[in-house]
Parts: sequence; structure tokens; C-alpha cells
Amino acid sequence: MKAFTVLKGLVAPLDRANVDTDMIIPKQFLKSIKRSGFGPNLFDELRYLDEGQPGQDCSTRPLNPDFVLNKERYQGASVLLARQNFGCGSSREHAPWALDDFGFRCVIAPSFADIFYNNCFKNGILPITLSEAVVDELFNEIEAQEGYELKVDLEQEKVIKPDGTELSFSIDEFRRHCLLNGFDDIGLTLQDADAIKAFEERHRESQPWLFDAIH
Amino acid sequence: MAGKTLYDKLWDNHLVRQRDDGSALIYIDRQLLHEVTSPQAFEGLRLAGRKPWRIDANLATPDHNVPTTVNERKTGIEGIADPISKIQVKTLDENCNAFDIVQFDMMDTRQGIVHVVGPEQGATLPGMTVVCGDSHTSTHGAFGALAHGIGTSEVEHVLATQCLVAKKMKNMLVRVDGELGIGVTSKDVVLAIIGKIGTAGGTGFAIEFGGDVFRAMSMEGRMTVCNMAIEAGARAGMVAVDQTTIDYVKGRPFAPKDALWDKAVEAWSDLHSDADAVFDEVVVLQGEDIKPQVTWGTSPEMVLPVDATVPSPTDAEGYERALEYMGLTAGMPITDIPVDRVFIGSCTNSRIEDLREAAAVVKGRKVSESVKEALVVPGSGLVKEQAEAEGLDKVFEEAGLQWREPGCSMCLAMNADKLGAGEHCASTSNRNFEGRQGFGGRTHLVSPAMAAAAAVAGHFVDVRQFMGQEG
Ligand code: SF4
Repeated sequence: MKAFTVLKGLVAPLDRANVDTDMIIPKQFLKSIKRSGFGPNLFDELRYLDEGQPGQDCSTRPLNPDFVLNKERYQGASVLLARQNFGCGSSREHAPWALDDFGFRCVIAPSFADIFYNNCFKNGILPITLSEAVVDELFNEIEAQEGYELKVDLEQEKVIKPDGTELSFSIDEFRRHCLLNGFDDIGLTLQDADAIKAFEERHRESQPWLFDAIH
Repeated sequence: MAGKTLYDKLWDNHLVRQRDDGSALIYIDRQLLHEVTSPQAFEGLRLAGRKPWRIDANLATPDHNVPTTVNERKTGIEGIADPISKIQVKTLDENCNAFDIVQFDMMDTRQGIVHVVGPEQGATLPGMTVVCGDSHTSTHGAFGALAHGIGTSEVEHVLATQCLVAKKMKNMLVRVDGELGIGVTSKDVVLAIIGKIGTAGGTGFAIEFGGDVFRAMSMEGRMTVCNMAIEAGARAGMVAVDQTTIDYVKGRPFAPKDALWDKAVEAWSDLHSDADAVFDEVVVLQGEDIKPQVTWGTSPEMVLPVDATVPSPTDAEGYERALEYMGLTAGMPITDIPVDRVFIGSCTNSRIEDLREAAAVVKGRKVSESVKEALVVPGSGLVKEQAEAEGLDKVFEEAGLQWREPGCSMCLAMNADKLGAGEHCASTSNRNFEGRQGFGGRTHLVSPAMAAAAAVAGHFVDVRQFMGQEG
């Protein structure tokens, strides 16, 4: 997994609550058996005026001029500012894959849906929860100032605004540790293989029916 | 010390290791796999040169992409018209063969939507931890199991380690007291709950559904409710084990037998919250207050009783956009919303009781001429067989509904079954997000009985008007 330490990047504001994973990456693109290549279809239904099909060349499709990611001033953004309950709905990991493929490494919102939040960490994307009031303020500042960049420091758990103001956030110790080091979760868990085996034995002993094989 | 909730017990029973940083390793008893969220997990295993930890804990079946017409199904995978869907279904097939994982493939009568298949086979048992790369895995919580959806990286993690890195959630009790009125179903109950607590109301919680209404509810009804826990933001929903649970599980192919069965039943008797257990949050509804529900907007929380009127764009944030997308005007009665298509199916409502409920409404009636298409898609090959044995397929066909092959179908429109732009659909599925059932499509979530009634009327209608009258 890619490590995340410090990121300085342009922020794009997506002013909409309850953005679900169907919206982040519509289902027709879930047919891929790969992890990459979802970027051109990120927010497909909002971003283009026509209906997207998998495998199509997106460079010739009609763009929705009103959609924020299509605006000149947000090209190259790597931080997404969003509203509450971001990433609700389906568990598809294609959502963080698409955000990542597009170039986002960090999403800031007042709240996230659980599964999406979890999936972000598995893909080197940092989801940051800030209060509703702070997020509101950020929306206003971004609107007012073209080229608005934020610095995100995971080690320090701080977001630093262009004027130097620091906003603190907090991330679970284990997740922070994995993300900072780019650790492979599976490798870490397998370090506990003996504990897993011991548990499995006891579990099998007390509830043998749980081990009736699927056959 | 206060007693434990059902969730506390399930958590403690599966805790392999609590880490200092608050995270934990949880043992997973069962993983269900389907074609959409597993290919990258198998690929990851291969790239890292890893093997599954316990092959026989896994069960796979293709569901999201499979075609539902008899013609396209006849020749198996090769017959799938959409080349990209075909690759995905084929990839599942190849991965299951390569890793020796049991799969109910497209031609197997046991194939179906994972969340219908698991319980039907007894692959989901009380007291288990169940995961699947699909958010509606919460369905299996109906068995007093800890079941929730996971992402593809976690699918790979569970394959490789039989464990999940997790953090304990908070406890919420949703209690529905009293009794449900005639014509009010489990689907209406869960929609009313979501209407009350909102789509983020359960975020961070495991919800236990308790109270008289759930005690009286069938297992299939409980599955419908737990299925939509995720629509209230909760990854896991659950119902305590009782005699209804045990009767349902008994005799299923993967359920324990003989002496082991007795031992299991004894162990399962503890799968309920202790009387003195403390919940972080309690929500109470009264069964008698719940009417048949219809969603009018683009989020499951945008739901109203069928006798209500469409709200005003200024009532709440997001309403204006939702009303515009749905093409509705404030103040119009819900019953004036026309219905272009009807979909009866999905992991929420495609079990035999759902089909019986819908068939009872359309029996002797005809689908309105204004309805372009009405589909009934059973949740599994076995549900289909059972329905046919009861003659339900004939009831549907005589009324003008189409009887299809099992799969997810129009629930998310990954196959050919989908809505056209602007079309209103009375759907028994679980998500009414923009575009979910097809680009520009307008989904209204309802119970099977309400969908059937809408098919006949050509617009939404209170199904209770149809009850007790012959068609
Ligand atoms: S029926 Fe719908 S919600 Fe259920 S698993 Fe299939 S696509 Fe997902």
C-alpha cells in the first residue's frame, strides 16, 4: 500500500450531502476485474452529460460544465472537500480506487459512512473528519480564493491552511500507523498467525458445527 | 457489571486479539463471495503468493451480473450477451476452481443472490460472524449472527487470514412495540425506521431489532429488516435467536445434524441481549402507527406513508434536488405518482414469502396498461422452484408480470434489466439513489404487496384497499 505522510494540494469542493458510492462510481464500471483505471469514470453521472459505458474513451464525451471537477480552477486537485455522510451506500472498494486513480489522496468531510471510511485506509487515501462549522468555513474560503491549497500532515494529525492556521484531526492509532508506513494489513495480521490458530482450536472445540465444511 | 448485548456476546466470542491501539482481530466463520467484489481479492492473493486460510469457510455464487431471461441463461456463462459481465462471471468461476472454493454456478439450482443463498443453505448459522464484499451482508444478522459488508481488500484479508481487523461498534436498540396492522409488512417497518433515524442514524452502531413486532416476525421478515440496516447507516443489524430462528435453520443442508444439532441449539439459547444490558442508544416505534411506506426521493430516508403528500422543497436540505430528479411537485398525493415499471426482487424482497405476498395481490387482477414492464425475479433457483410448485409463476404471468431467472437484476441494473431515463419504478429493492436502477431512472422503494398493487393500479395505491376483496 502507498504510504501517506504529508500532502500539500489543491482542494476541490463538492457541496453535496450524502454522496453515495453509486455516485462516486456508477455500477456499470464495477464489471472490471482490475483495481485501476476507474479515474475517468469518477462521479461519471455528475461529470458527463451522456451515459457512460465501460471501456469507452472518455476524452471525447460531453462534460457537464457545471460540475465542480470540470472547472478550470480545480484541475489537479488532490484533496476533496465534501459534506456529511460521504461514501454511504454500497461497500464497493471501487469508490476509493476511483478517487485514487483520479488523483485524490485525501477527503475531508464532517462525517463518513463506515465501510467507505474503512476502505479508504486500505488504499492509501486519508479520510479526515472535521466539524461541520470548520468544513463550512473551508467551503467559503475555497470559493473566495482561487488556487486554495491545504497541507495535510498525518504524523502531526493537522491540516494547515494557507494562512498558517492549524486544524487538528484524529485517526485511530492502528490505521495511522499502517498508513504512515504503507503497511500491508495482511502481512501484519499474519504476524499473529499463532494467536489465530490457537483461537481457531478453541473455537472448533466449543462450537464444532461452525467448522462443518461447505462442500 | 451490566449485562451484555447480543452484539457484545458475538464480538467477545470471536475476539482473537485486542490490540493496544483499540483495534482488534476478529475471527470470521463464514465468507460469502460473488463476482463483483472478489476478482481483485483473488488477484491480490496470487500476487502475494498467499493461500486461503480455511477454504471450507467460503461459499461463492454469481448474482450481480447474471442475466435473468431463460434464453440468455440456457447455455451458461457462454450465453451471457454482455461481454464484460461474462468476463466477470467467468473470472469467479476460474478463481473458485483454482482455489478450490465451493461455488453454486449459474447452472446450479442453488445459485442466487448471496444473501438469499446463505440462509437458505444453512451456510449462515446463529452465532456466526459472516462477511461478504457486499453491504447488504447485514441481512444475515437476522439469525443472531454478526454479519456485515466489507471492501475488496478485506475480502482478500479474510481469505488469507480468516480474520478481520475491526473496531468495536456502539450498541443501538431499535424496538418496535405492539402489533402491525393488516397489509403492513417487514419492509414497511424498516422503511419507517429509516425515515425516523435517517440514513446516517446508525453510523458507527450495530443495531439490534427488538420488541414484540420482531418477535412475531418470520425469519424472512427479519432478513428484510436486517438487510436494510445498512440503509440506516449501520453496518450490522441483528435479531435475537428464538424458536422461530431455530425452526428455520433446522434441516438446512449445511446446518448441524443429530447430536451436534442439540448441542448447537443449546449454545444458541444464549444469543440474546441480557435483561440488564445497556445500549448506547434506544429508539422506539409503535407497530400500530406504521402504515405502508413509499419513498418519494433519492435517499431511503425520504420516505412517507402512502396516504401522505409529497413534501415541499424547502422542508429540508436536499429536498429540492431530490424532487427535481424525481419529477415530483410539492403537495401532490403519493398515490398520484404514476408507475412505469415494477420490480419485485432483490436481496431485500425476493424470498418465497415476498413472492406469495405479491402474488396474493395480483391474483385474478391485471397489470395496468400504463405499466411498461413488471418483473418478478426470485432470489435463488430454489425460491424459483418453490414458487413454481405453488403455481405463483402462473399467477404472475396471468396478471401480466414477467417471471424471471434468479439474480440481482434490476436492483442495480448491472445486467440488461434497467429503467429508462425519467421512468418511475415501484421497486422492492433497497436503494433509491439517483441512477441506481438505470441512468435517470426514478426508484420508489416499497413492499412486495405495495409493488404488486402499484402494478395493477398504474400508480401508487394503499394495498390495504385491495385486501379482503377478490380480484
Ligand atoms: S440484490 Fe441488490 S442490493 Fe442485494 S446484493 Fe444484489 S445488487 Fe446488492
